[in-house]
Formats: sequence, structure tokens, C-alpha cells
Amino acid sequence: MPKIKYIEHTGKEHEVEVPNGWSVMEGAVKNLIPGIDADCGGACACATCHVYVDPAWLEKMPPKADMEETMLDFAQDLESNSRLSCQIKVSPELDGLVVKMPKSQH
Amino acid sequence: MPEKIVIIGAGQAAAQAIATLRAEGFDGSLTLVGDEPFAPYQRPPLSKTYLAGTFERDRLFLKPDAFYTEAKCTTIFGVAAQSIDRSTKKVTLVDGRTLSYDKLLLATGSRVRLIRVPGADLPGIHYLRSIADVDGLRPTFKTSKHLAVIGGGYIGLEVAAVARKYGLAVTVFEALDRVMARAVSKPISDFYEKVHRDAGVVFHLNTGVEGFEGKGKLEAIRAGGKSWPSDVALVGIGIMPNCELAKASGLTFGDGIHVNEFCQTSDPDIFAAGDCTRHHGRDGAHIRLECVQNAIDQAKHAALAMAGKPSTYREVPWFWSDQYDLKLQIAGLIREGDQTVARGDPASRKFAVFHLRNGAVAAVEAVNAAPEYLVGRKLIGEGAHVAPERLADTAIPMKNIA
Repeated sequence: MPKIKYIEHTGKEHEVEVPNGWSVMEGAVKNLIPGIDADCGGACACATCHVYVDPAWLEKMPPKADMEETMLDFAQDLESNSRLSCQIKVSPELDGLVVKMPKSQH
Repeated sequence: MPEKIVIIGAGQAAAQAIATLRAEGFDGSLTLVGDEPFAPYQRPPLSKTYLAGTFERDRLFLKPDAFYTEAKCTTIFGVAAQSIDRSTKKVTLVDGRTLSYDKLLLATGSRVRLIRVPGADLPGIHYLRSIADVDGLRPTFKTSKHLAVIGGGYIGLEVAAVARKYGLAVTVFEALDRVMARAVSKPISDFYEKVHRDAGVVFHLNTGVEGFEGKGKLEAIRAGGKSWPSDVALVGIGIMPNCELAKASGLTFGDGIHVNEFCQTSDPDIFAAGDCTRHHGRDGAHIRLECVQNAIDQAKHAALAMAGKPSTYREVPWFWSDQYDLKLQIAGLIREGDQTVARGDPASRKFAVFHLRNGAVAAVEAVNAAPEYLVGRKLIGEGAHVAPERLADTAIPMKNIA
């Protein structure tokens, strides 16, 4: 199972295994990792699962769909490596992925 | 600070209330009681990806089991609460157990409205509210040919979209003159009706169902004085708040348990959150909301109040629906008499309808249009006034609209 490292805004790290096919958001929520709210449960409807992808992993990221792109435009503290974690599907290629959480999702 | 909190109803609101109570420093005993044999789970995917078979049951659960353990929350699933004795502050469960409380949260949710016509108990007629409902419906999609959807609301249309992917013929019977009439404005109804028609769905509007026909199982729908062959039916004609406990214990209710701005019922030690409540909305109207947003936000406010930090509930309601490749996002509540402003062309499958009330942005309905939805939601919260001609001008980016 791919391992994903989540880093809280405070710097606290959590490395967990996430099943292939799940989203990076679900990996955090199901492992009680704080910093991702995901109010809508992964429907790309609320923009409360914003993460920063470690720059070393950007090339391996699946592309953003229009919806994610436009939702992200309105996230707080947007950076070029911002993604909505509900839209990143975990796959063997993402084994070792590192994401950081923003200060706030609202 | 109370010592014992009991939550009745194990849905979206309950999961949120537990998280907020512990985050806000409540360290007393916490017990969650739910009548379904499951920990709190997400209902929105039930009529979408879970029905489609692309989202497994494990993924529906809002929190892992460890959440309840870490929160030191005792969970009792598969057992309904039978009564509340407010004088002794005790809840009695159907299995005879009693739980005493200092503060009680009713998060009892809602249940489907049943159709009361001849033949309504024939095998082959389904409703959709729970995991068990979908587990019963999904297998029939593989063996059936013709789905009749009774009620062209969110649930009915989401199921219609999934059923078309399974290859079923789909006919929708709707008593009103347009689809999703209770939830959206006419331009959105018209757009979705066309999308479904283009996908092969047949509509009978202004057509109430008079009965179900069949020998031992569903064979036809009786509607508009005619028989329409069908071997499976999905009834989606609305939900009703679960207020029986509140009613029996003498709390003020009426199409929802009445709560104040802190989600407190007429008994100061009993709170309520989610689908089961009725509250005064931002514009003062006495409303009942059926959505995830209301469950989450009311649960937060109820938890804050129970933890001794009351805060007024004033969040802007928001909703979404997934049908085919379209995401409908709505913020605010639409009302008769609103000035409506169209932005974008429905033919592009990417557009929005804004609703202005006394000049202020009151609601937005956005189809595949996240900026319109997100900025609209913010403007609604601020009570912002925006000129209609600016809202209609797609050359002005939403970021600069106000």
C-alpha cells in the first residue's frame, strides 16, 4: 500500500499507508490527521481539503480538472503547488508522496 | 461544564458534535446512540458513487473507529432511543438500557416520505436514504430493464443518472411542472431536464402516480390514467424530520424540532442539530434545511453551546448535486420574487443564476462554475450589493465582481 507523509502546519509529521484508489484527503481523514476538513466528503464542492504538494512530487501529480483548478483559485494562501487533496487519487506511483497542510481551511 | 453528554442519532451531525465537543475542551462522558448498525457515514454518495458501485462501503464512514476510541465516546449502534424523561434527565433505549445526561443532543435526522397509493408495498419498489436501501437497490439495476423514478428531485435525478450508466431505460414521474422544483429556480430545472432528456430519460411532468401494478412484483406504474411498464421503481418524494422523541417528551416542534440560534430546543438542556430541526434562518424565515452543511454547522454550534461557549448560527447554507458530468453547487436560499440574473450560457454547460433580494446577493446556483459559487457564497454572507449587469457580464472575472 502506498505510504503518504502528511505534514501539519505546525511541522508535525504523519506517515500512513493509504489504499490505492482512495484520495489523499481520505488518507488523512481516515487516519485522524488534523488539518484537512473535507466538509463535503470529497465531492470537490467545499475547498476545505487544500494541501501543498512537496515540489519533488509535482511532476508525478495527476493533472487538475477544471473544477479543481477553479475551486483552488479561491483557497486561502494559494501557492503554485496547491491542490485539493480530495482530487488526488492514490496510486503506486505516489508511494512516498509528501503533502503539507495550510494554516486554515476556512 | 456538563459532566455527561448523550447524542441520539449517529449521522453527520453526531460525528461533528463529538469532534467539536472534544476540541472545545469537554472532558466528561460522551455517549452516542444510533438506530442503524453503523458508525456515522456520509449519505450524499449513496445516490451517486456508492449506487454506481465506484465507491466502496468502507469509504462512506465519516470517521475511523479509532476516532470514537480516542474521543472516549461510548458508541451504541443498532439500538434506537425509545423515550426521554426530562424530569430525571434520562434516555431509555428500546433494549431497556437507560442513559443519564446533563446535556442531550438530538441528531435524529430524517426519514423518507412514503408513497401512499395502491400497490405501494409490491416488491421492486425502493426508497433511498441508507446504506441498506442502496444495497437493496443496486443489484436490481443489473437484472432490471426499466426504472421508474417517482419524484424528480435531487435523489430521483441522481439515481436516474446512475441508472442510465447501467443501461436501464428510465422514466421520471413528477407531480409538479418542472424537476427539482422545491430546490432550484426554473432555468436550472429546465437545463437539467434537457440534460436528462438528452441522456435518454423520459419525463412525465405534472403527473402524479396513482398506483403500482403487478402480480407479486412490480410490473407497471399507474399514472395520468395510463399504465407504464416498469420492473423497478425508486420513490424519492422527500424526507420528513424525525421528531417523535421530541414530541413525546414535550419539546416544541412542528415539522422539525424547534431550535434557537444556539441550536437549543425549548428545554435548555436539550439541543438539536441537522435535518430534524427547524430554525430561524438568516432572513428570519422559520426553515428546515436538509443538507450536510446544516448538519455540520448546527452540530458545531450545539457543541459550542453545550461546552459553555454559545455562538450564534448564521452560516450561509450550501448544497450540491452530481448528475452525469455536471456539478451543481448552490449557496443561499432562493425565494419567490427574487430578481434573477443569468451569468454564462447554459449551452456551454457552465453557467450560474444569481438571486438578488432588495439589491443584495441572496443565492447563487452554479453549474460547473466554482468561481460563481465560491464568490457568490462569500457575497451572500456579507450581504453584498452587486449590480445585476456586472453579475451578468462574464468578461468581468468573479474575483473582481464586487
